[in-house]
Amino acid sequence: SSSGDEALREKRARILSRGLPKQKPIEGVKQVVVVASGKGGVGKSTTAVNIALALAANDSAKEVGLLDADIYGPSIPKMMNLKGNPELTPKNLMRPLKNYGIACMSMGFLIEETAPVVWRGLMVMSAVEKLLRQVDWGHLDYLVIDMPPGTGDVQLSISQNIPIAGAVIVSTPQDVALLDAHKGAEMFRKVHVPVLGLVQNMSVFQCPKCKHETHIFGSDGVKDLAKTLGLDILGDVPLHINIRETCDSGQPVVVSQPQSDA
Amino acid sequence: AERANLAGVRHIVLVLSGKGGVGKSTLSTELALALRHAGKRVGILDVDLCGPSIPRMLRVQDSAVHQCDSGWVPVFVGQDKAIALMSIGFLLERPDDAVVWRGPKKNALIKQFVSDVAWGELDFLIVDTPPGTSDEHISTVEALRPHQLLGAVLVTTPQ
Repeated sequence: SSSGDEALREKRARILSRGLPKQKPIEGVKQVVVVASGKGGVGKSTTAVNIALALAANDSAKEVGLLDADIYGPSIPKMMNLKGNPELTPKNLMRPLKNYGIACMSMGFLIEETAPVVWRGLMVMSAVEKLLRQVDWGHLDYLVIDMPPGTGDVQLSISQNIPIAGAVIVSTPQDVALLDAHKGAEMFRKVHVPVLGLVQNMSVFQCPKCKHETHIFGSDGVKDLAKTLGLDILGDVPLHINIRETCDSGQPVVVSQPQSDA
Repeated sequence: AERANLAGVRHIVLVLSGKGGVGKSTLSTELALALRHAGKRVGILDVDLCGPSIPRMLRVQDSAVHQCDSGWVPVFVGQDKAIALMSIGFLLERPDDAVVWRGPKKNALIKQFVSDVAWGELDFLIVDTPPGTSDEHISTVEALRPHQLLGAVLVTTPQ
C-alpha cells in the first residue's frame, strides 16, 4: 500500500540521517545565499563579491556579509582589497574585516598569500566550521558564501551544517562548464538546498575597437541548461575587461563603475 | 599487481594549477595528442572526480570500461585509437550524475585508478587534476610516488 511505502521510506530516511550533522543556523544571520558552480574559473568569486555589494547598494539598511569558503584558493581578500589577520573579540571569535560596508571572512586572512593549503577533507571541514561559527558576524540580513569549485567536502559540510536559503549557480556557456554546472545543481538537489537560478557569465566579448561581438565560450548554453533543469536565468554577464581589472585591483565593478554595462 | 600495471609506463606528468578554469584539461588533452603525433605511446588519467572533462573533450563520453585479467581496460581514443584514457566519467550511469564524495572515498578510487588500470606500455602518462590542492592531489602523488614521476606542469592565466 502506498501509505505503508511512504511510512517505510520516512523511517529509512530518519535512520540514515542519524549519522549526519544537525543543521544549526549561524547566530545573527538571517539568510544565507551560496554562490557555486561545480566548474572552476567561471567567475564564482567575482559574482559573489558583486552580489554582496549589490545587495548592500540596493538597500542601505541591510547588513551583508561575505564568506570565502574556498579554502584552497581564496580570492576574496584580493577582490575586496582586504589584508591582515582578523582580531579576536573578548569571546574569542574572529572579527570579520570590513570594506565597502561588507563584513568579510576568508582563509586568505589566516595564511600568507603564497602559502598553499594542502589539506585532506577532514582538516578542511574543521576549517570551514571555524569560518562559519567562530566569527563574530553580528546581525546580518544576508550572508553570501563563495564556494570552491567541485562537489566535495566543503560543499557537503556547508550544506549539512547550516540552513541555506538558496544557491546561485554560475557558469559560462561552454559545454564542459555546463556539464559541471549540471552536476552542481544535482548536488544541491541531493542535499535539499533550493537553487535560485543560474548566472551566465562570460557570455559575450565585445571588441573595444570595432565593437564586434564574439561569443567566445558559445552562446545560450546556460539558457538551454536552465530550461532543462527548470531554473531561472538570474543574470547574463559579458566578458568585459573592466570586470577583471577592477577585481584584480580590489575595487569590484559594482562599487567602482555602478553605471557601466558591466 | 600494484607495481605491475604501471611498470610499463616510462614517464608520468602531472598537470595542475591551483586555480580552476585555467585550461588544465584542455592542455592535458592537447599535450597528449601532440605527444602521440610525435610518435610516443600516451595515456591520460583524469583524476578530476567532481568534474571529469576529458571524455567530453575527446568525444568518448558514452564509452564503457571493461575488465581484463590485470584490471580495468582504459578507453582508447584519438584518430588511431592509440591514446589510453581513464576517467570517472566512464563509470557514471549518466554523464550528468554528480559525484558528491568526501575525501576518503575519493582517495580509494584514485588508488584504484593508479593500481588497477591496465595501462600497458606507455612512454608518457599525463595526469589531469582538479582545481585546488586537496585530497585528489595528495592521494595521486602518494599513489604515484613509487613510480617514475617525471614532474608537474603548472597552468595559469595572466589574471
